[in-house]
Amino acid sequence: MDDIIRQWQDAVVAAQSPLRLCGGDSKSFYGEPSLGELFDTRAYRGVIDYEPSELVVTARCGTPLAELEAALADHGQMLAFEPPHFGAGATLGGCIATGLSGPRRASAGAARDFVLGTTLLDGSGRVLRFGGQVMKNVAGFDVSRLLVGSLGTLGLIAEVSLKVLPLPGMEVTLQLAMNECEAHIALARWIGENRPISASCWYDGVLSLRLSGATTAIAPARERIGGEVLASGEQFWREVREQQHFFFSGDAPLWRISLPALAAPLNLPGATLIEWFGAQRWVRGSAEIGPDALRARVAALGGHATLFRDSLPGVQRFQSLSPALQTVHARLKAAFDPRGIFNPGRMYAGL
Amino acid sequence: MIQQHHDPRFAAVDGAAVLAALRPCVAADALLHTTEEMRPYECDGLAAFRQLPLAVVLPANEAEVQAVVRTCHQLGVPVVARGAGTGLSGGAMPHPHGVVLSLAKMKSILSIDPAARMAVVQPGVRNLAISEAAAEYGLYYAPDPSSQIACSIGGNVAENSGGVHCLKYGLTVNNVLRLRVVNIDGEIMEIGSGGLDAAGYDLLALMIGSEGLLGIVTEVTVRLLPRPQKAQVILASFDDVQKAGDAVASIIAAGIVPAGLEMMDKPTTAAVEPFVNAGYDLDAEAILLCESDGTEEEVAADIAAMTAVLEKAGAKQIRVSRDEAERLKFWAGRKAAFPAVGRISPDYYCMDGTIPRKRLGEMLKAIAAMESKYRLRCCNVFHAGDGNLHPLILFDANVPGEFERTEAFGTEILELSVKLGGSITGEHGVGVEKIDAMCSQFDADSLAAFHRVKTAFDPDGLLNPGKAVPTLHRCAEFGRMHVHGGQLSHPDLPRF
Ligand SMILES: Cc1cc2nc3c(=O)[nH]c(=O)nc-3n(C[C@H](O)[C@H](O)[C@H](O)COP(=O)(O)OP(=O)(O)OC[C@H]3O[C@@H](n4cnc5c(N)ncnc54)[C@H](O)[C@@H]3O)c2cc1C
Repeated sequence: MDDIIRQWQDAVVAAQSPLRLCGGDSKSFYGEPSLGELFDTRAYRGVIDYEPSELVVTARCGTPLAELEAALADHGQMLAFEPPHFGAGATLGGCIATGLSGPRRASAGAARDFVLGTTLLDGSGRVLRFGGQVMKNVAGFDVSRLLVGSLGTLGLIAEVSLKVLPLPGMEVTLQLAMNECEAHIALARWIGENRPISASCWYDGVLSLRLSGATTAIAPARERIGGEVLASGEQFWREVREQQHFFFSGDAPLWRISLPALAAPLNLPGATLIEWFGAQRWVRGSAEIGPDALRARVAALGGHATLFRDSLPGVQRFQSLSPALQTVHARLKAAFDPRGIFNPGRMYAGL
Repeated sequence: MIQQHHDPRFAAVDGAAVLAALRPCVAADALLHTTEEMRPYECDGLAAFRQLPLAVVLPANEAEVQAVVRTCHQLGVPVVARGAGTGLSGGAMPHPHGVVLSLAKMKSILSIDPAARMAVVQPGVRNLAISEAAAEYGLYYAPDPSSQIACSIGGNVAENSGGVHCLKYGLTVNNVLRLRVVNIDGEIMEIGSGGLDAAGYDLLALMIGSEGLLGIVTEVTVRLLPRPQKAQVILASFDDVQKAGDAVASIIAAGIVPAGLEMMDKPTTAAVEPFVNAGYDLDAEAILLCESDGTEEEVAADIAAMTAVLEKAGAKQIRVSRDEAERLKFWAGRKAAFPAVGRISPDYYCMDGTIPRKRLGEMLKAIAAMESKYRLRCCNVFHAGDGNLHPLILFDANVPGEFERTEAFGTEILELSVKLGGSITGEHGVGVEKIDAMCSQFDADSLAAFHRVKTAFDPDGLLNPGKAVPTLHRCAEFGRMHVHGGQLSHPDLPRF
């Protein structure tokens, strides 16, 4: 086994107090404030195995996301969940631990859909391997996917195997003037027609759509959908993904609201930007309605709300769980990290 | 015939008391306990493994499921969930001191939302029934196991089932949005959401493929997809299996993600052709089925690209389906492969290993060598696109020793799958069948972690005990504890 991993095992076994896992420090804002001594994961880096014809890449947690994506692009492939980096130093480990996905999520799937296997350093310093490097594998519980979005609370994700996909032959961004309701209806209709829409963003009366695929499929879709072509499409989607779009500027609290795509407009007081065909809605501010009322309203519609950026005193970052699920969460935490060494409280207090 | 290992933990279960306690939970005709009534439940699709349970209950709704589970929990009785019983790993095989909880009566499609492209269904709904009900809206449920006319969505969730189209559209785990699950305390857990994610850990992923060990699924919300405008399939034949295997890798390397990419070897085509008259090339050592779906234009482009790759890879014959009838004909043989093989041999044993695509040729050669070693024939059917193999080992259970040789043959294939960087099961699950093979794929620490996950949901170990995850003791007995990099983990620890 690798020397770094061996050292890390010793460090975990020796740890008397919590460790705060950190890669490129690009997503520290996400989740509850981190406690514990800094534990830098960047030393364990690099691609271990990449076989383009297998559509699988395996890399170490400290691998810079940009480096990984560049290696894939060299072979005409990509991480189809289009992960946000939120900073130049973003690592693969942080990407998987936060489980965040970008604009292509609604059409291609989320980070968890592409994770095939993981190597985990658990809270007792054991190295555990789950899943593998093959597309289909149902041996054992799917712990690899459980780790996606677990915010490091179950252990240090040391290695990850991901399914990758070919880059689309072509991408075109279209923009149409529409209100929120019209945009939802139009999107549902076009998707129902199997149009190759890989991303959507509605903001301030404009629906932006990205078509991805073979040239042959894009031409008829363009004709059907109409609107104006946005020449700087690539930059536009990068700005949406990285939250550099104008909507994300300023320092009003940012809420991420996850809803059934067709849930009615929330009509909240703050500004709204809507992605994922309606399933991911970003809201600024909304102080007037209050976090509890907001969450109750979202829950009633079948979703949940995350306080994504900027803390509000006394407000949990993540929506509360039902008592039955809380019990399972606490027991899973104890199963992987019985001493509470890794990122305690990063997701929920006590976890 | 193989019976479940005797499990001393449950020897004290009082059958009469269990029946008496279950009686108020369900309607009188929904509690079966005579040998005659329970016979149909003694095995699943893996008929070599049989066991009669204490009782079979068929709850009519979620509240009855809760009542049954609570009762079993109170009395410390094992609960084995059962869908349609088509599983191929003995996952639904009863426990001698346990209750079989059949979801067969819960078979309503609760709602279809065509605009949101979702369906909410009860666990006993058949896989194909979802697509049939969604068809009027131009929608379908993508994962299509070959057993789809019979298998239940609850069973699909428990096994994370795939199908011939999962290379492009994913497995069950990629197509389920939300579950309602009754936990061992009889409480409801809502897992997932109506959106694309939920707060907290991804318990949805953990629950899918958990083989009835973590909870009883009582409601499933699935994602529906719009039917592609068009689908077309290429039937290509090769005079060499290695060449066919390489062609599969070349298609993927060319940046194409086919809707389906399947392979059958010569003995399989010989078995299916008389059965379906698909017009397969019977001289070919291997045939490939490569499907594209999408718009007219996309399909035309894909078919042209795949044809070029196949020609370059040395295909000796290439036929493209001219219409929907011919497409279905080309597929008919693949879909009927298992029953067709069932006609040429008294029994067959279906394996389910997965390997990296590039090792296909190597694996096939090794299987050919095993055929002579074990003096048994083997037909090979592959989900080639995702490296999932279904070698069908032919045997006759009435010939003494043949089943034992078959099992040894199968074990060798699975161990080779692991060695080649793959898995012992791609979609059929571990169940009771591959429980020893788990010891070759996972080390003791990882297996122990699985047990802790199990305990997090089911502290008393009542849900489908003895399945899916071997005890470390069992692995030590089996003598095949996974050795990683030549190093036994924790060599200092006693080997149980
Ligand atoms: C001819 C044939 C072809 C097949 N082809 C394929 C294929 O292409 N792809 C594939 O993936 N599989 C295939 N299978 C295997 C099988 O059909 C699948 O595993 C299927 O999902 C099992 O569904 P079932 O309803 O029959 O489940 P069962 O066999 O009844 O049960 C399977 C497991 O699920 C558990 N379970 C069932 N219902 C629930 C529930 N509601 N809650 C919790 N646990 C539950 C059981 O305890 C058991 O462990 C095939 C089988 C046959 C016989």
